[in-house]
Order: sequence, then structure tokens, then C-alpha cells
Amino acid sequence: MKVFILLPLLSFLFFLLPKKFQSYYNALLTIIVAALSSYFAFEVISSGVTLTETIPFNVWGNQIDLTIDLLSAFFILVINLTVITGALFAIEYMSMYKLKSKTDFSLHFFSFFWLLYSMLMVCMIHNMVAFLVAWEIMSVSSFILVIFENEKPEVIKAGINYLVQMHIGALLLTTAVITVYNETGSLSWSALTTYFSGHNNIGLFLLFFIGFGIKAGFVPFHTWLPHAHPAAPTHISGIMSGVMIKMGIYGILRVLLYAQSDLLTIGIIILVISVISGIAGVGTAIIQHDLKKLLAYHSIENIGIIGIGIGTGMIGVATKNDLLAILGFGGGILHVLNHSLFKSLLFYSTGSVYMNTHTREIDKLGGLIKKMPHTAILFLVASIAICGLPPFNGFVSEFIIYNGFAESMISSTVGLKILMMFSMLSLVVIGGLAIFCFTKAFGIVFLGTPRQIKTETVKEAKWYTLFPQYLILIAIIIIGVFPGIITGLFFRLAGLYTHSVTIIPANTILNISSISWFALLFIGITVLIYFAKVIFARNKVIEQGPTWGCAYTGNTEKLQYTASSYAENYAHDMDNLLNQKTEYKPIPAEEIFPHKRHYKTHSESLAEEKLFFRIIASMQKFLNRLAFVQTGKTQHYIMYMFVLLIALILLTIFNVI
Amino acid sequence: MKATGIIMILLVSLVFPGIIVRVKSIASGRKGPGLFQPMLDILRLLKKGSVYSSTTSFIFKIAPVIYFSTILSAAFLLPFDNQPGLLSFKGDFIAFSYVLALGKFFMIIAALDTGSAFEGMGASREALYSMLVEPAFFVLMASFAMFTGHTSFYEIYNSIYFGSYIAVFAGILASYNLFQIIMVENSRLPYDDPKTHLELTMIHEVMVLDNSGFDLALINFASSLKFVVYGTLISNFFFTPDISIFLGILIFLGIQVLFAIVVGIAESFRARYKLRNNNKAIVLLTPISILIFLSILMIITHQS
Repeated sequence: MKVFILLPLLSFLFFLLPKKFQSYYNALLTIIVAALSSYFAFEVISSGVTLTETIPFNVWGNQIDLTIDLLSAFFILVINLTVITGALFAIEYMSMYKLKSKTDFSLHFFSFFWLLYSMLMVCMIHNMVAFLVAWEIMSVSSFILVIFENEKPEVIKAGINYLVQMHIGALLLTTAVITVYNETGSLSWSALTTYFSGHNNIGLFLLFFIGFGIKAGFVPFHTWLPHAHPAAPTHISGIMSGVMIKMGIYGILRVLLYAQSDLLTIGIIILVISVISGIAGVGTAIIQHDLKKLLAYHSIENIGIIGIGIGTGMIGVATKNDLLAILGFGGGILHVLNHSLFKSLLFYSTGSVYMNTHTREIDKLGGLIKKMPHTAILFLVASIAICGLPPFNGFVSEFIIYNGFAESMISSTVGLKILMMFSMLSLVVIGGLAIFCFTKAFGIVFLGTPRQIKTETVKEAKWYTLFPQYLILIAIIIIGVFPGIITGLFFRLAGLYTHSVTIIPANTILNISSISWFALLFIGITVLIYFAKVIFARNKVIEQGPTWGCAYTGNTEKLQYTASSYAENYAHDMDNLLNQKTEYKPIPAEEIFPHKRHYKTHSESLAEEKLFFRIIASMQKFLNRLAFVQTGKTQHYIMYMFVLLIALILLTIFNVI
Repeated sequence: MKATGIIMILLVSLVFPGIIVRVKSIASGRKGPGLFQPMLDILRLLKKGSVYSSTTSFIFKIAPVIYFSTILSAAFLLPFDNQPGLLSFKGDFIAFSYVLALGKFFMIIAALDTGSAFEGMGASREALYSMLVEPAFFVLMASFAMFTGHTSFYEIYNSIYFGSYIAVFAGILASYNLFQIIMVENSRLPYDDPKTHLELTMIHEVMVLDNSGFDLALINFASSLKFVVYGTLISNFFFTPDISIFLGILIFLGIQVLFAIVVGIAESFRARYKLRNNNKAIVLLTPISILIFLSILMIITHQS
């Protein structure tokens, strides 16, 4: 594994290559790195033996281990899958930026490599300080990727917002690491075992949870997501949403491996926050007008679903209910993989739409399915999968989590039963809202007739852009129809947490093969009926005509439902929670001939407005008092340095420091 | 024989809408059409060609097929006469509900595919109402799972019993709630009126304005099938253990006919809700389900 240390040297080639070759080289380099790391990951998964190697660096005398265990191996595979497709997708997408200079491109792809490399390192490094360094490289490189379109002020604003929030997270993580190091004197992850066995678990866990939770996007730490995802180029949004935010989940899972006591409280905290994240994410997504912002809110929802699985699993571990633990963790971790598949696919197909129409406004689009049938199918399948509907992969993970709930209905205590009932309720609500949201997104963007953007010039994406997307599509279908192939791995991963001596065989947990049979049954019936339809259609008159307008024949595209009107009945009822803002000047009575007016609605995040803006405002008020120091005069600054020097000298003379 | 259930469901769905129509016409003092008239209409539709809007894409053409096949595959999960369905597994009620949601998904996007304002309106309402009703069904099934200690339809129905007074109370509430859920899911009164004459107030019917020929036949048959599938959820409560297959079929037929008559009578004597009130009425089903859940929780903790 030592070869990993040398890999970064290859990334400097980006600064030498001409602009048009960079995206190809990037794809090549990504495949090399991914193939190499996947090889080790597969070896770990197939043999079950943890690979460890010490690299010739150290932190304060503590050695740095590169370790791939089962958990790391799984996350490495997920990262590689999404990043490879992202790198392939970038080839056509980046050719859209004709005005960008060579240096812009070099810096972009250089950061792309470092994002991949740092994510792999985050999964492998077992020295906490080195881990923090990798974590920091991940944040900074993704920041540079986000601000690629840096000529737009809103992109820079979103980028800075992202960078600041990441550092609040990093600060919490650093505090947690220092606490552990102070108490145990070790920097290895396993030092957590020592710490957790001797101290209260909840405090340190919360530090880690919030630190990782900011990256993952749990509510109320989610406010960077809806800004950063629309700002970034689409392949970056896909990678960030597909895998980078999962590094937060990886961190939480890693810490949970070592937790010792107060497990029930920890489980309940995770479960409650996840339920809130899930509902708030999808509930806000519905009323978004920006397609990528909508998808960003769905990332929050899916992080919520993953967290629901993990929280349920933790409750299972705490109550010594192995079945519940395995179903919860298994479903949650499987959803990590599933979400990385369908969310990156959704972003990529949105990117194809953006390349052709140059807008992300849902209400301006329409009728794209006739011009981009492949992209439409890809988006449709991903939409169905993200709603958790059979026969695609999202259903499998939600089905496993639901089974966890049903299981705990039977075997838990009264209080937990009620908690689980409400969690189940919210998972159902999340599913229903997701269906509402994606029927809107797919229906308005791809179906009907074109709205404001005319589709004459729209072309289907190139084959090398569709190819990685079809790869993801195949994975979605395989997991959806034959989940038995991989669920064993997830039950094994979940088994890391149960600490039980007996390992429950996978087929007694759930009869996964019956999902396959059910999916096949459904597909079989559909095919049969479709054949019947074809046979019945023979010798019949099949005509084309205008849409039935209920006797009104002046059909224009303006008559169609829009995304806003589709969501109106929902938004009307949820007005208080959604914090919607309307910009509209009503027509006064004396204005007999009304002027042209604009009507604009948007939803602001409640947490951002009511919580963070207030904290920031009061901090600013306080810090403004110190502003007198900053005079802008060079003489004053030299004086400050001089005073500091004198002070230091005096303190040294009197042996204070 | 495991396939008895699916055959009986298909057979009953041939006459089910006929019974409802007949009951409604008798209640309003008319003679009414024969029991098989809705099926004869479907047969006639099958013989016709179709007209497709030039706005629509392939989504519009496959949606009715998928809609029908989701309901048929959901029917395969249902037990019949103390026997499991052709497919029975832990948590099959989740698959049942989710596969039906897939059908709705396709009907909704097919409605949006036509680019019609009316169908968009229907799609939006259908999406909202089916989202609001889903939790009620899940909490109800979770309550049964907790009550019986099992998580598949077959095991739940096989081991359900109504011993105490609270259980009877919960049973009554449950059947009321299940009935309301069925009325929402099938777009019937008081939530939606399939016989309404104004497109602006329709929900389900307005979504299929553009369908014709084979597609419309499929959708109509699917609606009837969906009713019977949900009716089977009720009739399964009445299969006592150790009854012969013939008695089982008789009970099934009796309950389904009774169910159709009740639907017909209920629809004859009440008006539909105002559309704005629909949301509140449907949301209210979930608290009722939670009430059932809590009362069953009381029974369980009392017993143990």
C-alpha cells in the first residue's frame, strides 16, 4: 500500500498538460487510483482480514497507519464508483467552459484528484491527527472545486459559506481529538475504546457527531448544502452529494464502533435528529425552483434516512436486540451505497439538461423527453429509486429499515415501541413527500411541452457522457432486483456493531430472495401486459391528436401546470414551516392601469434565518467593538508589533514565559 | 391451493363495480344497469383503437400497463383462506404499499405528460392525497404486527384474535379507518367523486381524460381490481382457522359483496368534501391509526 504515498506526484502533471487533454488525463488518473484502492478493498472484503501498513511519517512520534478494514473497504468502493463516473461525466461537461483559462482547468482537476485522494485517505488513516489533515485537504479541495465558476458573485459567496462551515466542523473534531489525546496519550482510533470505557460517552460523541454532522448535512447543520451544490459544476455536485457528505457518515460510524456506554441515548439522539433531517429535507425540497437546490435538499433527506437506519441499529445494540441492530445498521449502510448511486445519477442527468438549456429553473423547462430520451430515462429511474419504490435499489434499503421498525414493534419496550412507531411514520411521510417531489421534478422538466426555454437546439448528451450514467443505472437495477448478491456484505458490516458471539445467518434475518421474486413477478406481469397491449393494437386505428382541453382548443404551453402550481396545495398548508417569502407589490385601487409587475417566491431555511443569522449578528455586534484596533494606518500596525515585542521581552526577563 | 386467492380476486373484480353501481341506482330509485355492465364497457374499450395526444411521450403509453401490473402484483401478496399468498415474506405489507405507490407515480407523471392544465391539477391532488393517507395504513399495519408478533400479511391474519373489550374497540376503529383509507386510495366519496361532471373538481378521473382504448380499459379494470384487493384486506379478518376451501370462498364472496353494498350505500347518502377540506380529513386518519396503535399497546402491556 506504500504506493499510495507516491500517487500525488502524478497530479502535478495537470499544470503541464494542454487544456483539452486535461479531462482525459483526469479520467485516466482517477481510474488508476480507483483501481488500485479498489483492489485492496476487494481483498479485504473477500478475505475478511484487515490490511495494515505503517508509512514512514509520524505525528509527534506517533506512527501513521494506513489500515483498510471492512468499514473502510466498503466506503473506498463507494467513493471509487462515484468518482470514476464523475470523472467520465466531466469530459463533456467541462468542454462547456470555453472561456476558462488553462490554469483554471489545471487547478480544477488538480483539486479533483486531491478530493479523491483525501477521501480515500480519510477512510484509511488510523492516526487521528493525520486524519484531520486529510479531512482538511478534503474540505479545501472541494472548496476550490465548488468555486470553479468564480466570476459569479453568488458562487464565491456559497463557496466561502461552505469553507467557513467546514472549519467550524473541523474545530469541533480537533477539540475531540485533543480531548482523547490528553486522556489516553494515543492518536490511534482505537484510543477511543480506552477513552469511552473510562468516561461519559455522550459528551465526546456529541463533539464528533456535530463535527461530522456538518459535513454530512444533518439538520440544523445543513445550511451549506443548498448553497454549495447549485454553485458547483454538476459533476462536482454529484461527487459531493454522492460520496463526500458520506465521509461524515463514515466518521460517525467509525466513532460508534468504539462507543461503550449510554448507547441507548446515543441511538435516540441520532434517530431523532435523523427523523427531523429527513422530513425537513424533503419537505423543503418540494417547493424549490432550482433543480440542483432541490436535489441538495434531497441529500439532506437521504442523510436522514441513513441516520434513521444507524440510530435504529444503535438502539438495537443498546437493548441487546441483535436482529434490530443488524436490520438498522444494514439498511442504513446499504442506503449509503444506494444514495451515492441514484443521487449522482440525478445530478449527472441534471448536468446534461444544464449543458443544453443553461438553466436550472424547473419552471422554465419542459418537454425535454422528446429531445433527450436517454437522459429522461436515466432521470426517471433515479427518481423512482430515490423515492424508495420497487423494483429499484432505494426500496431495498428502506425495506430493511422498515423491517427493523416492524421487528422492534414486536420485541422492544413500550417507550421504544412508541418512538419506533413515530420513526416509521416519518419514514412513510418522507417516502410520500419524495414521490410528490420527484413526480414534480420529472414531470415538469421532461414532460409536457417546452415552457420558456425552447428545445429546438437541445441535443442528447454524447455517448461517453451517457455511458457512465448507464453504468450507474445498471447498478441500481441489479441491487433492486437481486439484492441478495450484496446484502450479505451489509449484514456483515452491521455485525461489526452487535458485539454478539453468535452471528445470525443472513437468510434468517430477512428473506431477501423474496424481494427478487417479487421484483421479477412485477416485471414479468408488466412485460406480459405490454405484449397484450401490442397484440390488441394490431389492426386498430392509432391516431394522434391534440391534448383534450375540455372543449377549449387554444392550447398553449402557458396553460400547463408548473412546478409552483403543482406544489401549491402542499405549500399552502405548510406555509408556516416552509418560511416562504413572496416578493410582490399588490395593485392599489388608484392604479387603474397596472404597471408590469414581478411575482417571486422563495423559501429560506428556517435554521439559517432563525438560528445562525441571529448568532452571527450578535457575534458581529460584539466583534465590532474591537474594530478600533484596525485603523488602516501602517504606522499603527508597526506599533502593535513593537508593543508585542517589548511585552515578550519583558515577560521573558521576568520568567513568566 | 395457493392460487385460489388471486383467481377469486380477479373473478370478483369483474362484478364489483357493477354491484356498487346497482346499489347506487336502487338507492336513488332507478332500475340501473346489469351487474356486468362496467365489464362490458371495458370489453368494448378493448375492441377500440386509441388516440394519443401529440404532446405525450412513451411514458403516457406505458403508464397504464405499469399501473395495472402494480395492482396485480400487489394482489399476489395477499393471503386467502388461511393460506399464504403466492409470495409471502416478512414485511410484505411494505412491498404491498410501495408497489401500489409505484403505480400512482406512473399515473401522475402520465397525467403531467399530456401538458393539460386539468390533468396537472389532478396529478397534484393525487400526489398530495396519496402522500397524506400512506402513514395511516402503515401505522395500522404496525399495530397489527405488534398485536400478533408477526410482520407478514399471512402470519398477521393467521394469528389475529379479538379477545378483550379494548381489542374489540380497536377492531372497530381499525375497520373504520381501513374503510376510509380504501375510499381515499380508490378515489371514492367523500374524498373524490368518480361520477362528477366538472373537471375542476375531479381528482382521479381528471388524470385519465386523455386515455382511450386499451389504456382506458386497463385503467378501469385496475380501479376495480384495486377495490377488491383492498376488500381482501378486510375479508381476511373473517377466515376462522380450519374452514374448508368452499366455506372460505363463500365467506370471501359474501364479504366482498357486502363491502360493495356498503360502499354503494355510503356513496348514495353523502356528498363529497370541499377540496380544501380533503387535506384535513385525510390527515385525520393518521391520528386515528395512532389511537389504534396506542390502545393495542395498552392491551399488550396489560397482558404481559
